[in-house]
Amino acid sequence: MKLSAYVGGIGVLGPGLNNWPHTAAVLAGQQPYVPAATVLPSPEMLPPAERRRTGRVVKVALGVALEATSNAGQDAAQIVSVFSSSGSDGHICHEICEALALPAREVSPTRFSNSVHNVAAGYWSIATGSQSPSNVLCAFDASFAAGLLESLIQTSVDQCPVLLVAYDAEYPPPLQLKRPIPDALGVAMLFTPEKGTRSLAKIEATLTDEACDLMADSQLEALRRAIPAARALPLLLLLAAGAGGRAILEYLDVSRIAVQIETCS
Amino acid sequence: MTPLLLAEFTASSCIGLGANATLTALLEQRSGLKRCEFETVNIDTHVGEVPGVDAQRLPRTLHQFDCRNNRLTELALQQDGFFESVQAAASRWGRRRVGVFIGTSTAGILQTELAYRARDPNSGALPSSFEYATTHNTFSVADYVRQRCRLEGPAVAVSSACASSAKVFGSARRMIEAGLIDAALVGGTDSLCLTTLYGFHSLQLTSKAPCRPFDAARDGISIGEAAAFALLERLPGDLQGGSVLLLGVGESSDAYHMSAPHPEGLGAKRAMQAALAAASLEPVDIDYINLHGTGTPSNDRSESQAVTSIFGPTTPCSSTKGATGHTLGAAGALEAIISALSIKNGLMPGGVHTARIDPTLTAHYIKENRRASVRRVLSNSFGFGGTNCSLIFGAAE
Repeated sequence: MKLSAYVGGIGVLGPGLNNWPHTAAVLAGQQPYVPAATVLPSPEMLPPAERRRTGRVVKVALGVALEATSNAGQDAAQIVSVFSSSGSDGHICHEICEALALPAREVSPTRFSNSVHNVAAGYWSIATGSQSPSNVLCAFDASFAAGLLESLIQTSVDQCPVLLVAYDAEYPPPLQLKRPIPDALGVAMLFTPEKGTRSLAKIEATLTDEACDLMADSQLEALRRAIPAARALPLLLLLAAGAGGRAILEYLDVSRIAVQIETCS
Repeated sequence: MTPLLLAEFTASSCIGLGANATLTALLEQRSGLKRCEFETVNIDTHVGEVPGVDAQRLPRTLHQFDCRNNRLTELALQQDGFFESVQAAASRWGRRRVGVFIGTSTAGILQTELAYRARDPNSGALPSSFEYATTHNTFSVADYVRQRCRLEGPAVAVSSACASSAKVFGSARRMIEAGLIDAALVGGTDSLCLTTLYGFHSLQLTSKAPCRPFDAARDGISIGEAAAFALLERLPGDLQGGSVLLLGVGESSDAYHMSAPHPEGLGAKRAMQAALAAASLEPVDIDYINLHGTGTPSNDRSESQAVTSIFGPTTPCSSTKGATGHTLGAAGALEAIISALSIKNGLMPGGVHTARIDPTLTAHYIKENRRASVRRVLSNSFGFGGTNCSLIFGAAE
């Protein structure tokens, strides 16, 4: 079976990348890349009580998921989702480990509930009312590619629209020294099995032994290496250029993912 | 879905190492839950601790993976000749044609908890011996299995709380159906750690007594640890009668609350219905249901409602968590293996520790073992974040 789908909508948030149109302009060379701290939106789609409890990892995931589904004109409540991240909420993890190192060992129940790897998927389901399945993955630095693979497989095999949400956020010190992710970054893509009126491009993927593509711009290449979800940049570059082509994305030590893009006219 | 063969399987939990010990404990209705003496934990509760994990060693070449979670993984891989079976599968299909899908909720976070007790008093830094990627990170257990078994197919950790290692069957099923791989090593490992013990305690969800699913006096979970694995393959031409097959996978989300189930179990109902539809089966085709059955008042109530709404009040069901404890991210895989043992041995395991079944729960909960032909089993796993997964296993004709 060929792994193929149509890209119906894209969402991006990251350091110096404010949304997909802005990111596309940067990647297409129409605007300079200016590194800046990631600006995370408040997740207005959640009820106020839930909104107060969300950390940065949920904000970045929901932000890009909302942008991708809105651009695709799809009802989020009906879509299967794949959430892929190299870690859960690093700040909560730090707070729990810190509390457990003290004699009292007082863990906050809300923090514990929000410490699960599927925290963003849970809030997305609550925010959108979606009872569709969410698959929540982790493959360390390969998390974007693993999520892309899962999404394209599910779109192809089950013939349904699938929302991919790949995202990461930083740990505070001292964990940050062991896992130096500098900031939050998220990439979301809505895949459909059939071409629709808002389809941007056709994507096909295969496993390959070829070396992965690097970004020509040194700052964007530094970003690609620094945040696992930014391993999507060579794919985003192709989509931004609007001319189609092929990119090799970083995956596991033994294989990479080749993506072929054909722009929809 | 196209049925898949559960070619090999193994499970290790507090009731025993390997499939035979697990079966013996189920036949004897023996629980492995004991008063919590784990590490320095000071909580009045019972836990299901696997014996021998501390003494387990990893191969020297993979020493950077050393932590309780990977020791438990290694211990489990060595039972039932499972490791050798994986090597045989790798030779048969090719190393690149076998994928790895491992569920976990906390991986080796115990390592980080210990490192936080040993921070540098001046800089606050974690000890230099602490390895993040190969112990703490969620992927570490999948990476360990992949490197240990020298498999080169796609590999991923699935981490959706207590449904994690049920959902691995869904991801593996899709990848086999897509033709990217011919076989999948699926399973899950979760090990005792302070985060889950103190976390569930803070939510007032841990019971002091050994957990009593579906009991009128049930008052919470007992946390356990386990590692359970299976080799999932396409059906061979010469399929043997009595082989265990994966017939259906059903998944859903609650869209309700992060840590409480939907009160009427709507998400659970949707997952069970999706599994039945995937297997092209009717409720009457299911002989036994292995419940999620955690033993909290609300979980069992909502699951009972969901089960009864589909199956009515007669299909025998039970939770094996009174025996094994709630093994969290490993529960789906552990209970998948228990489902396979149930089919192979004609055993519906009665739920242990449950004294008086809650009369308000309408599902047909069984406390005593039943020996009968078991052709098809449905197994439920639900998790925080409102994530639900139901699996259906059956015997080959």
